[in-house]
Amino acid sequence: MSERWETVIGLEVHVELSTKSKIFCACSTEFGGRPNTHCCPVCMGLPGTLPVLNRKVLEYAVRAGLALHCDIDRETRFDRKNYFYPDLPKAYQISQLYRPIARNGYVDIGAKRIRIHEMHMEEDAGKLIHSEYEHETYPDYNRAGVPLLEIVSEPDFRDSAEVLAYLEKIRSLFTYLGISDCKMQEGSMRADVNLSVRRAGETALGTRTETKNINSLRAIEHAIESERSRQIHILSGGGAVVQETRHWNDDLKTSTAMRSKENAPDYRYFPEPDLPVIFIGEDFLQAARDSLPEFAEERQARFVEQYALPPKDAARLTVRRETAELFEAVVSRGAEARHVANWLIVHVPHVLKTLSENAEDIAPDPSELAELIRRTESGTVSRADGLRVLEALLSTDGPFRVSDYIRERGLSVNNDESALEEVIRRVIEANPKAVNEYRSGKTKAIGFLIGQAMKDLQGKATPATVRERMEAALET
Amino acid sequence: MDILDLTAVELGERIRKRELSALEALEAVYGACRARDRNWNAYAAFEIDPARTAAQRAQALLDSGEAVSPLAGVPVGIKDNLNVRNCLTTCASKILRGYRAPFDATAVRKLKDAGAVPAGTLNMDEFAMGSTSETSCYGPVRNPWDRERVPGGSSGGAAAAVAARECVCALGSDTGGSVRQPASYCGVTGFKPSYGRVSRYGLIAYGSSLDQIGPLARDVRDCAALLDIIAGPDPMDATSIPFPDTRFLDALNGDIHGLRVGVPEECFGDGVEQDVQTGVEAFLDELKRVGAELVPLRLPFLRYAVPVYYILATAEASSNLARFDGVKYGFRAERYTTIEDLYTRTRSEGFGKEVQRRILLGTFVLSSGYYDAYYNKALKMKQMIMDGFAEAFRRCDVIALPVSPTTAPALGSSLSDPLKMYLSDIFTVPVNLAGLPGLSVPCGFDRRGLPIGAQLLGASGADATVLNAGYAYQLATDWHKRRPEGLEVSGNV
Repeated sequence: MSERWETVIGLEVHVELSTKSKIFCACSTEFGGRPNTHCCPVCMGLPGTLPVLNRKVLEYAVRAGLALHCDIDRETRFDRKNYFYPDLPKAYQISQLYRPIARNGYVDIGAKRIRIHEMHMEEDAGKLIHSEYEHETYPDYNRAGVPLLEIVSEPDFRDSAEVLAYLEKIRSLFTYLGISDCKMQEGSMRADVNLSVRRAGETALGTRTETKNINSLRAIEHAIESERSRQIHILSGGGAVVQETRHWNDDLKTSTAMRSKENAPDYRYFPEPDLPVIFIGEDFLQAARDSLPEFAEERQARFVEQYALPPKDAARLTVRRETAELFEAVVSRGAEARHVANWLIVHVPHVLKTLSENAEDIAPDPSELAELIRRTESGTVSRADGLRVLEALLSTDGPFRVSDYIRERGLSVNNDESALEEVIRRVIEANPKAVNEYRSGKTKAIGFLIGQAMKDLQGKATPATVRERMEAALET
Repeated sequence: MDILDLTAVELGERIRKRELSALEALEAVYGACRARDRNWNAYAAFEIDPARTAAQRAQALLDSGEAVSPLAGVPVGIKDNLNVRNCLTTCASKILRGYRAPFDATAVRKLKDAGAVPAGTLNMDEFAMGSTSETSCYGPVRNPWDRERVPGGSSGGAAAAVAARECVCALGSDTGGSVRQPASYCGVTGFKPSYGRVSRYGLIAYGSSLDQIGPLARDVRDCAALLDIIAGPDPMDATSIPFPDTRFLDALNGDIHGLRVGVPEECFGDGVEQDVQTGVEAFLDELKRVGAELVPLRLPFLRYAVPVYYILATAEASSNLARFDGVKYGFRAERYTTIEDLYTRTRSEGFGKEVQRRILLGTFVLSSGYYDAYYNKALKMKQMIMDGFAEAFRRCDVIALPVSPTTAPALGSSLSDPLKMYLSDIFTVPVNLAGLPGLSVPCGFDRRGLPIGAQLLGASGADATVLNAGYAYQLATDWHKRRPEGLEVSGNV
């Protein structure tokens, strides 16, 4: 007797903001760094220190709230969340409970709307480093005070695909805003999963658990599946789910109970007396509205319309704001949109893969890229050479002019592809002896054939290209 | 004449005239302390080398003509809850045993920049929680007017040191009367500025929304001179307020003709010692004689102030003091098993009884299920008290009342009954709740020869008005010039 079950999921997503300095002091937010080197008396919570809000954090938060279609609280303020833990230098976290910066928003994933309950600003805690050899633990406060946004959704998800789509959407929105890089592996985006199950058709929510320590998209999928099965197993056997916080272990692909509701800490939230209420004026809000970029979805639609791109291509070009902007910049410099799209979707990722580079780390000059695409697509540079130039352009050798590069290396070809084919065909026909030698294993004979072809082409082709084509022709 | 009998402004003048050096002034302080601080225990620690370095730096500023402050070269005692770079800063608590501050509090930095010399750290109630200065881990402070009596608290070391001529002026802190009440018990002048007037950066917090650094000194002029140096908005303190810039010392003209002095009827009568009442009434008569107009007031909301204060202050304290957990600095219990055990043992052994009592109170009022009944209600009452004062200040310019219902109690008589001790804060805590400036001036002695203090309050930001009223009073009287008997001469000019 197999019953049908519905899974109900709500997410608490933490996103690290990419401000240069921390939320309440001037220390660097840079990831990594030797332990306790990005710290000062304020983020270490030394006696007598006081927090001062980094204005950039407020700007970023307001823009994020607007992007999530939230109401912005015009009188927002901070609260203290009190608990003892060695990674929390003041033994309280400055967060927002009573007057969060944003409430009542939503995110659309396809046709489905996920409601946002609230979004608030807070400071991150430090990290504990457990010694492998000694029974000791060392706190590292570099991360303490790094600004975070916590986005609390309503329990609107029904499966992990929706959860992943939502996280992708938040990542897209926030990278478009330029307020976070949302890298789960570096911890700049983290998600806690609230999950309950109920029999299909039921309307009341089941007892939920919260699973923490989920550090990748794949881990979220696994954690959701694991928790869903665990709860269904309990309920099917006539048991009851205990409301508790669970800890995900990604190596074992299983979670363990951390603490039950009865043992939940009482955080004794109260208004942070060291930070005054923040009054958000109309000017500030309007400036935030005006600064919102065209996000991926609108941009995708426009690309389809304006550049006659297939929706699939437009979607791929708009995943990252930088790619979309590069696309338009290159097109505006005279390369044809469908060619540019093809290069950015196919060639660039391929070259980056061979170079082992990340898309985030490159920023080719759009004018040069346009030049290269034009010349390759028009046939004045062979495709193989064009890709070589692209490789040079994307590698970290430093900027150069594509036209100079092509001239200096003699990469420009006189004839189009068919002319080259034609010359090779004629040379093969006219020199049966050399062809036979080559085919019988004396591969050096190809040098003579290439020489003949180059003579015919008046030297305006690359020997490498000719060799490539010649070899191909001789193999057939 | 003892140079430590001079006011800070007078001493500063002599230093500027090269009659003595900054270092000599500092050595006079040390001489006095060596000779007699064992009698009062006013100091928590001397940091002789850094102080001498500061004095030499001040002298260099004076010699080069860069130091123009009236207090350049003047030694200033610093309460043990203000960070002084590289010096012990312990809040008179075992839990901060050996802690050296890595930075200067903004007020201390401003003192140094003005050429004043932080001379040593002054004893206090542990974490500024108390009205008697008996809860210090360095032992109780005694009142220079009567060794068997308390000097008041929590800035008792500061008040005693100024009274006993062991320093000329000092910085204290006032969360519920901690500057004004010990000033009153020790016969010196103490001022709590408007909330936000002086940066709290570097003041180890007790009740963040109530704490304010304030001067204790020989007279109102010295308080004004110190305030001139330490006041002003600070980018490191988001709660500091950019009040219009005032030169407090220059603003003292002693003219209070037509000044409307509100007299709240609740502050005279039941619960106030007869001698205190008589002393403060004489103070009112004197103000009237020099030109003020007395306005009868009713401030019925004052009776809520003590419970509201003890809810808000302890709630904030329970959070502010949570960082003292034995993990990063200060005292750590010697033996422990788990991290929870480390916390529990460290905090149980490191904090004294009164501090633990207030942490527990504050933790309770913030607890789930009690928050609305206590903390939230107290916040609303605080607003009511602020509104009540704002209303009163439409009818008068300053308000006059006693600082404390009594003069200094005997040592050991208060701690056994904390509720009684809390209730004696009735005239000082409302001022912190409303963020007002409050001045304590000596206005006579009771029949046992103990000083009586009168208090003047102003609207938020009206610090200069309050100081000028006190100055007018001191021009007409000499209570503030009285010194306790039995002080040995510590060095002649």
